[in-house]
Amino acid sequence: MEAVLFGITAVLALAGGVGVVAARQPVHSALALLLVLLSLAVDYLLLAAQFIAALQVIVYAGAIVVLFVFIIMLLHTRSGEGPRAGAGLPRAGAGVLCGLFGLALLALAAGVRETAPPPAPGFGTIQDVGRALFGRYLLPFEAASALLLIGMVGAVALGKRLRPAGDPSPGRPQAPPAGGPARAR
Amino acid sequence: MRAAILIPLFPLAGWVVNGLLGDRWGRRAVAWVACGTVVAAFAVSLAVLARLLALPPGARSAAVVLYEWIGTGSVRAPLGLLVDPLSVALALVVSGVGALIHIYSVGYMAGDEHIARYFAYLNLFMASMLWLVLAGNLVAMFIGWEGVGLCSYLLIAFWFTRPPAAAAGVKAFLVTRLGDVGFLLGIFLAFAVFGTTDFTAMARAAGSRLPLGGPAATALALLLFLGATGKSAQLPLYVWLPDAMEGPTPVSALIHAATMVTAGVYMIVRMHAVYLRAPLALDVVAIVGAATAIFAAAAALAEPDLKRVLAYSTISQLGYMFLGVGVGAWSDGIFHLTSHAFFKALLFLAAGAVMHALGGETDMRRMGGLAGRLPATAGAFAVGALALAGIWPFAGFFSKEAILSDAFRAGRVWLWAVALAAAGLTALYIARAFALVFVLPPGEGSAGPAGCREGDAPRAAGHRGLAPGAEVADPPPVMRWPMGALALLTLLGGALGWSAARPGVLARWLGPLLAPGALRSSEGTHGSEAALAAAGLAVAVAGIVLVWLVYVRRALRVRSQAVQTVLAHRFYVEDFYAAAVVAPVRAVARWAGGFDRAVIDGAVVGLARAIGGGGAVLRRLQSGYLRHYAALALVGVLALLAYWMWR
Amino acid sequence: MSVPAPYYLGLSAVLFTLGMAGVLVRRSALIVFMSVELMLNAVNLTLVTFARLRGAVDGQVLVFFVLVVAAVEVVIGLAIIVDIFRSRDTVDVDDVDLLRG
Repeated sequence: MEAVLFGITAVLALAGGVGVVAARQPVHSALALLLVLLSLAVDYLLLAAQFIAALQVIVYAGAIVVLFVFIIMLLHTRSGEGPRAGAGLPRAGAGVLCGLFGLALLALAAGVRETAPPPAPGFGTIQDVGRALFGRYLLPFEAASALLLIGMVGAVALGKRLRPAGDPSPGRPQAPPAGGPARAR
Repeated sequence: MRAAILIPLFPLAGWVVNGLLGDRWGRRAVAWVACGTVVAAFAVSLAVLARLLALPPGARSAAVVLYEWIGTGSVRAPLGLLVDPLSVALALVVSGVGALIHIYSVGYMAGDEHIARYFAYLNLFMASMLWLVLAGNLVAMFIGWEGVGLCSYLLIAFWFTRPPAAAAGVKAFLVTRLGDVGFLLGIFLAFAVFGTTDFTAMARAAGSRLPLGGPAATALALLLFLGATGKSAQLPLYVWLPDAMEGPTPVSALIHAATMVTAGVYMIVRMHAVYLRAPLALDVVAIVGAATAIFAAAAALAEPDLKRVLAYSTISQLGYMFLGVGVGAWSDGIFHLTSHAFFKALLFLAAGAVMHALGGETDMRRMGGLAGRLPATAGAFAVGALALAGIWPFAGFFSKEAILSDAFRAGRVWLWAVALAAAGLTALYIARAFALVFVLPPGEGSAGPAGCREGDAPRAAGHRGLAPGAEVADPPPVMRWPMGALALLTLLGGALGWSAARPGVLARWLGPLLAPGALRSSEGTHGSEAALAAAGLAVAVAGIVLVWLVYVRRALRVRSQAVQTVLAHRFYVEDFYAAAVVAPVRAVARWAGGFDRAVIDGAVVGLARAIGGGGAVLRRLQSGYLRHYAALALVGVLALLAYWMWR
Repeated sequence: MSVPAPYYLGLSAVLFTLGMAGVLVRRSALIVFMSVELMLNAVNLTLVTFARLRGAVDGQVLVFFVLVVAAVEVVIGLAIIVDIFRSRDTVDVDDVDLLRG
């Protein structure tokens, strides 16, 4: 049963991964990313990490991907890539580098101990993770909250930044919602 | 006892206030702040003295730790004070004489527009000097030691727009720095030997840690003495002090006569436990002291400049102090330090009054016959001169006789003889100076031995000369009263060291603290004491009579060109330094300059060019494309992985 | 744990490599960003796997913090992309080469 589930999710995740990288349209990439995230959530369940699986669905799939889609809509760009090429790295070079790296990672992964005894009851539940979070990891937890606040303030500051006067952008009318209300304030 | 910290703190506050705000305030406010803080320090010193007097003699020592300044492992140096009879005695002398000279300065510097800067420096000096005498360990003392050196530099070069003053300041700073190197090495050695530099701890441990006459004790004592020779202007590092007379005269009185230059003597007395373990070093101290005493006295004989005569006299008297401590007469060294502070400050202030009346003139050949026109000044100078010459009953007689008899009874008859001869020279030069300035008619002075320097340009070229018939009068009361007070102290100061019972007040006060010198034989009957005193007195009187015969009566003619030339060149010590030290250093500097330009600059510039060229090549890596950076990072990760996997 | 750990780790390695290839090859800032998210998720999978292997919950706590950081990163990153788009009218990372030496 577990093996079958793992096989299905692995295939879906790999397909999604390829989709993210290969899709022409950013929207397709975003949808492929959603597929990867959901497959991984199932894998987390298989690995006795219920809480993380739930977080994966709620935060990643629910919030982050939605944010991506929203931004894509705001900018309504197509691929965002012009026809020009050659400025970057040759594709072959990138492929070789990535291939080498992936092989190295796989070689490392193959050397890992195969299985583990069944976990203690309650392992990976909200109570379990929560106890660790509010116990030993209390300080990092509070720091994370501060980080979130800083991110929020930073996003607002970036969104509100005014364009230098006398620089009307030609692209402006096509994307009125892009921070328009924020600037108006 | 914690109140003792107020003693240096008051002048420090004065420095801060006058330094920051003095330029905006009036001169009166500046003067009040400066004098008030020093008088307050003196009052606190008196209060601490009273507290100490209330304690039994054995318990009159208190350490006050302010905070742990350096505390790294085995090296610990707290910023602490040591309040004991010795430090309080010195604090009283320093703050008392300092207060008088501050008050005198109000009149002396009245015409100077930088009076706020002057008093700020002077207050900083007082703070440093009081910190020096009150410091509880060598490291803390070093702060004050360097502080007074800095202030000495600042005040010598106070009129820094005059090139000689600026050069003299630099010279004083550099020469004393030579001695400070020795002092610093001594501190390191003390850390190595004792593991601490706390004075009481070192005094306690000296017996066990330092073998008698061993290399450690001798090296430590000699290194510290090197610091003392720099600060106290002893042979061979005395050369800065005569030039230091370029500073304002109250500064000469305070720093270069009464207080700072005696720091070396104080330090040796403070460290006497170490010196007792090093008889060889003590002998060196005594010999250097005696040699300096007679050398500087001889040099003073041919000096035409009034302030420089007093400067050489200070060097000579400091030599006496070192002779005293060198034969183990600690309290007599301090006694002479104290009485010298009184009478030499008095002499300087009187000389300052003369200069004040003559518009800054210091060349004695252009003075003369001033006794009638400056009666108060002449009287003050006469009191100081008699004390310096060692005439009964002035303080100088008692303190000098004490040191002479100590040297004699310690079995150092040769040193005693040298010091006795120096005493005769002392009487000679100071009587000559008095005669030239106050007694002889103007212009007569050039007939004497000073005539051989007739060709010299007048030292005080920057000053107004002595205008004939100018209004010449005694200084205002604000300057006269400090002189009067010092004259009184000079008259009565002998009581500190000489009383019916031989251990005088000062000796009994310091007694519990200072282990008696091992060299000092305890016998010494009243009869030999009197004979020694009579010998000293006779020599002094002989010197004065000789001056009277040569200069006033012209009954004797001293015409030995060779002697005069040698004296006028101060035995060619400075010329020797110029040829043996300064010239080679200049040559090395020139060579090093060429080396610097050709090799080091070449290497540096070449390296810079190579880096610039390399940068021009490497900047192509910075394409600005995100993926290039990412790819480079990936290459780095791969390299790390490869290393890790095939390690 | 009927599926051996190396399988999970292998899946993670392949996903990470895919994400890296996306970063290196794609020029659209949005897709580069999504590739970075892919890499983060690959790492998360590794963390969860090792947490399971060791029977310790610390790996999962670490994933929690990665999630927080990823959320902040996305918020700031997307704000920056919007800002760049506003001023330069492009989301092509090759058009943004202010770092060129």
